[in-house]
Amino acid sequence: MGDKEIIRVEKLTVRYGDDTILSDISFSVRQKEIFIIVGGSGSGKTSLMRHMVGLETPAAGRVYIGGQEISASGPEMATEPLRRIGVLFQGSALLGSMTVAENVALPIEGFSGLESDAVASMVNIKLTLVGLECYGAYLPSEISGGMKKRAGLARAMALNPDILFLDEPSAGLDPVTASEIDNLILHINKTLETTIIIVTHDLDSIFALGQKAIMLDKESKGIIAEGSPAHMRDHNPDPAVRRFFSRKPA
Amino acid sequence: MMNHDPDSKTACFDIREDENGSLAFFFRGRLDISTAPQCLSRLSSLVKSRKPPKLLIIDLGDVTRMDDYGAMVILRLIQGLSPGPDGFRLENAGENHGRILSLVDFGQPECSVPSRVQDNIIVQLGESTIKSLKGALFFIEFIGAMVFACARAIKSPGSFRVNDTIRHMQNTGVHALPVVGLISFLLGLIMAFMSSLQLSQFGANLYVASLVGLAMVSELGPIMTAIIVAGRSGSAYAAEISSMKISEEVDALYVMGFDPNLFLVLPRMIAAMVVVPLLTVFSCIFAVAGGLAIGVFFLDLSIGAYIAQTIESLTIFELCWGLSKSLIFAILIALTGCLRGFQARGGADSVGNAATSAVVTSIFLIILFDSVFAVIRSYW
Repeated sequence: MGDKEIIRVEKLTVRYGDDTILSDISFSVRQKEIFIIVGGSGSGKTSLMRHMVGLETPAAGRVYIGGQEISASGPEMATEPLRRIGVLFQGSALLGSMTVAENVALPIEGFSGLESDAVASMVNIKLTLVGLECYGAYLPSEISGGMKKRAGLARAMALNPDILFLDEPSAGLDPVTASEIDNLILHINKTLETTIIIVTHDLDSIFALGQKAIMLDKESKGIIAEGSPAHMRDHNPDPAVRRFFSRKPA
Repeated sequence: MMNHDPDSKTACFDIREDENGSLAFFFRGRLDISTAPQCLSRLSSLVKSRKPPKLLIIDLGDVTRMDDYGAMVILRLIQGLSPGPDGFRLENAGENHGRILSLVDFGQPECSVPSRVQDNIIVQLGESTIKSLKGALFFIEFIGAMVFACARAIKSPGSFRVNDTIRHMQNTGVHALPVVGLISFLLGLIMAFMSSLQLSQFGANLYVASLVGLAMVSELGPIMTAIIVAGRSGSAYAAEISSMKISEEVDALYVMGFDPNLFLVLPRMIAAMVVVPLLTVFSCIFAVAGGLAIGVFFLDLSIGAYIAQTIESLTIFELCWGLSKSLIFAILIALTGCLRGFQARGGADSVGNAATSAVVTSIFLIILFDSVFAVIRSYW
């Protein structure tokens, strides 16, 4: 695990209209680590991720990626820090009119400077990495949910970003496919040394992947636990944390 | 023999060629996404000018950083040189680079990004014929289902969704008032102006009122209103229902025991049947107002004389004829919009296709039925 800090969130407040979702939260992520944002439904996990990738402008506070502020001007911000990140959205967000291969080729053609035949080789490598080498010619509507996640992952890492944001990568998948996705994430983290930030509430994935995690809470609108998932489960005295990990309702 | 590249500051490799036919590439520095395009452009010119070597050696001992883009550079080099009987050898890769190289199958042939291949014209023609036939079958099925839905709504009126119908009336009718009013007013204005150029030569300015009134009430009012409603609401019906179809909302209604036709189509159809004739009346009034403006300001007609002439030229039959046509057009627009929505398959692009197809089909059917009306009237 690297020591260098790659993401810093400082006193971030997330608000939609009059509803405050997160208030004054701060944390940092280190290079090459797998960092997990956990919490119940409606605790603000996805909102936090959207703020971290610059899709939303914070009500207060700042987000820095590699020392550069990403939260300064919302989606219209400078593209430089955005080139360093890749995002897998919850629904994969593949473009339906393009084949799987064309979806992966899109950022490579746009930003890598490679010629078209080299782009094709690169797309093949990316699809092989996620196990979809035989599905390049399929449309997103013709493949399963797990394959869509894999294709979305291949597109997210098309330009070898320093940081990958994955929103619920195993949601809606059967246990075997979810476990395959978890293994793939570990493989990418190890092979390409990518920092990976995962938003999830899937306990199996949390323990399979997480080196460090924070837990968000709807009531306190902030972080109620921080550390390794196993430590949070076994030693955290907060009843909300215990309930989450033991799957017991209040 | 060691060939140092002249542009060594930016070069990412050196080359050594042996007398026994082996060719060695010594990569150095970064071999990743930042250097791959540069390396590839240098390699492509080198590869073109060389014969395939007996053995290709790729030395990665001086590579400081490597990712899968670097591995792709090596793959392209191997594919470009097609080494002979002894093949190729990767040397001094180390554990880290070895891990990256394991991502690539170096035996793979050159490839291109697969896209949807267009079939030849015969296949396309056949497919569109089959699609049209299936579309016709679906249409017949849909009409049948609508008849049953209407029967069910009459049998148990509680199942009819009144609130949805009112909402659709508002969207289809009330929200269309400004655009229908403006276009009709301008149409009346243009018709009156253009006809006055001819009629004024015979001193028949007053007949401008008859021309505008008759043309709008019996022909242009229903058609123009129907075309505007098809563009505004027919496309909206298709887009709404197709996105519901894609997100399985229609399936959800079906498995809950609701008839999707009763739930989604009937409220839209009844709403259109109520508001389109009303919009047609509104359109005719505004067109007459447009003609009146020309008559009063340019043809020296009085308001009273213009209105009296308009009323005199119109009969109850003309009015009923125009309104019956607009009622039929309303049914066509609603049914076509909903039908195209139900036919949607696939992703986001099918929503756009459904909306486009709904508008095109509606306008075609409106003109077709208007011609049928014209033929019927000629034999009346």
